[in-house]
Amino acid sequence: MGYMKQCKDLKIVSVEHPNDGYVLLRLTDNEPLPEIRAGQFVEIKVENSPQTFLRRPISVNFVDEERNELWLLIQVVGEGTRHLASLQVGNMLNVLFPLGNGFTQGTAGESVLLVGGGVGIAPLLEYAKQLKQVGATPYLLLGGRSACNLLQLDLFRQYGEVYVTTEDGSMGERGFVTNHSFLESFASFPLKGTRGGARISCCGPKPMMLAVAKWAKEHGVTCEVSLENLMACGLGACLCCVEKTVKGNVCVCKEGPVFNINELTWQI
Amino acid sequence: MADIRTTIAGLQMVNPVMTASGTFGYGLEFADLVDLSQIGGIIMKGTTLNPREGNDYPRMAETASGMLNCVGLQNKGVDYFCEHIYPQVKDIPSNMIVNVSGSSPEDYAACAARINELDKIPAIELNISCPNVKQGGMAFGVTTEGASQVVKAVREVYDKTLIVKLSPNVTSIADIARSVEDAGADAVSLINTLMGMAIDIERRKPRLSINTGGLSGPAVKPVAVRCVWQVAKAVKIPVVGLGGIMTAEDAIEFFMAGASAIEIGTGNFIDPTISVKVAQGVSDWLDRHHYDSLQDIIGII
Repeated sequence: MGYMKQCKDLKIVSVEHPNDGYVLLRLTDNEPLPEIRAGQFVEIKVENSPQTFLRRPISVNFVDEERNELWLLIQVVGEGTRHLASLQVGNMLNVLFPLGNGFTQGTAGESVLLVGGGVGIAPLLEYAKQLKQVGATPYLLLGGRSACNLLQLDLFRQYGEVYVTTEDGSMGERGFVTNHSFLESFASFPLKGTRGGARISCCGPKPMMLAVAKWAKEHGVTCEVSLENLMACGLGACLCCVEKTVKGNVCVCKEGPVFNINELTWQI
Repeated sequence: MADIRTTIAGLQMVNPVMTASGTFGYGLEFADLVDLSQIGGIIMKGTTLNPREGNDYPRMAETASGMLNCVGLQNKGVDYFCEHIYPQVKDIPSNMIVNVSGSSPEDYAACAARINELDKIPAIELNISCPNVKQGGMAFGVTTEGASQVVKAVREVYDKTLIVKLSPNVTSIADIARSVEDAGADAVSLINTLMGMAIDIERRKPRLSINTGGLSGPAVKPVAVRCVWQVAKAVKIPVVGLGGIMTAEDAIEFFMAGASAIEIGTGNFIDPTISVKVAQGVSDWLDRHHYDSLQDIIGII
């Protein structure tokens, strides 16, 4: 019962704007936050924004157990997220969480390549932390259009080696994550199932995840991806966010958001 | 404290607030978040004789004060419900009601007959108003003959409380209500969603996979109140009102229009605990206005 869901007001203790396109909200509660698995998400109620009717699903960026803080790294894409970016320290935010199943829990000795693109890098920070805690070795391969889309790199470096690509070449290697030279050496890591076996977890725009899934399949590497289908309830009740899988249509919010690529019907 | 208990055709409820089909799963999904015994009735996800995969993604579009959906009755069929879901829900301390849908009167009847065997299911809500599947009921729900035909077929095999859910996508909802009353319905619930459409102008494509969908949420509330008022005047059986209820005050409007109970649907997505809050709020409103009982305001308009 470690993942009992709650719906409650959390207090904003910090609002940072790493750049115009993003906001990092840190939330806290008087009671200890529930156990949260990396890759799980929250649904936020956006108050005083008439154009925003439904809650907004946001991945958990980081849990600071010491300070009892939940971090949400949010990309401003529309009315709802613009409103979230205008919130102030001291405001309360109604949060429904923790939702969904997270990434595969790490095992000691394994190597996990975390591939993130754009705001999809957000949940990988908590995952890198949780992997390191159990004695796994996370490697980070993060891609963005430009250097300004690559946030929290110093935090990522606390947990593992970080490799970067940008489409404009402003940081790291120029191109897409699947072009990065590190992939070649990762391909020679022993595979999952063997001692110290390697696998991939990926979160980002769908074209990027498709390319990563394709690379993983070609190289026989186990790969999971985190999806972000449009959602309403977040609880598996409305059946709006479905993804076609080998078992039929399933709710991304409840059965996902993380899926092994072999469960999906993607053309890869 | 005002008495907010209510009865719908023999179905006794601790309060007049139910959760609408397709918005509350099987109740289990909300068990962490809300005390299910404090909900008057839980109307579970639409169930059909055979399994249905539903429509393709995208199935949902947010709109002004509401949303469109075209889920399309995705469910694993009545056999799966009886074998796998019923054992998990039969001891939930609320009225656990199955919403039944179909594509022919025979399908509806066969599905209802299976549900009739389940001791802990005191009622069904017959969905003759789903706008999202080609033969998903709305074809029956938009004519008095079609509605009557389905209700008669089900009435023959189903002996417990039979609630019939009506579509607002008709010329005269009162006429449809009268026809299902004559065909043996114990109660009617209304409204199901209003047919709508939204277009993504940048992609030059409809925002829903099957182009159109059902509109729900506060945007439809005035239409729903009007329908409830018209139907309550037209029939003698109890009316269950739904459509965009987000607050106790919204619910009171429906009671005054003639509803004996209400359902909350889309509101569950915004606040999973909304049903108990509305029930409490109705009680508080009655107290503030010195009414002893909910019954005192039903149909006063």
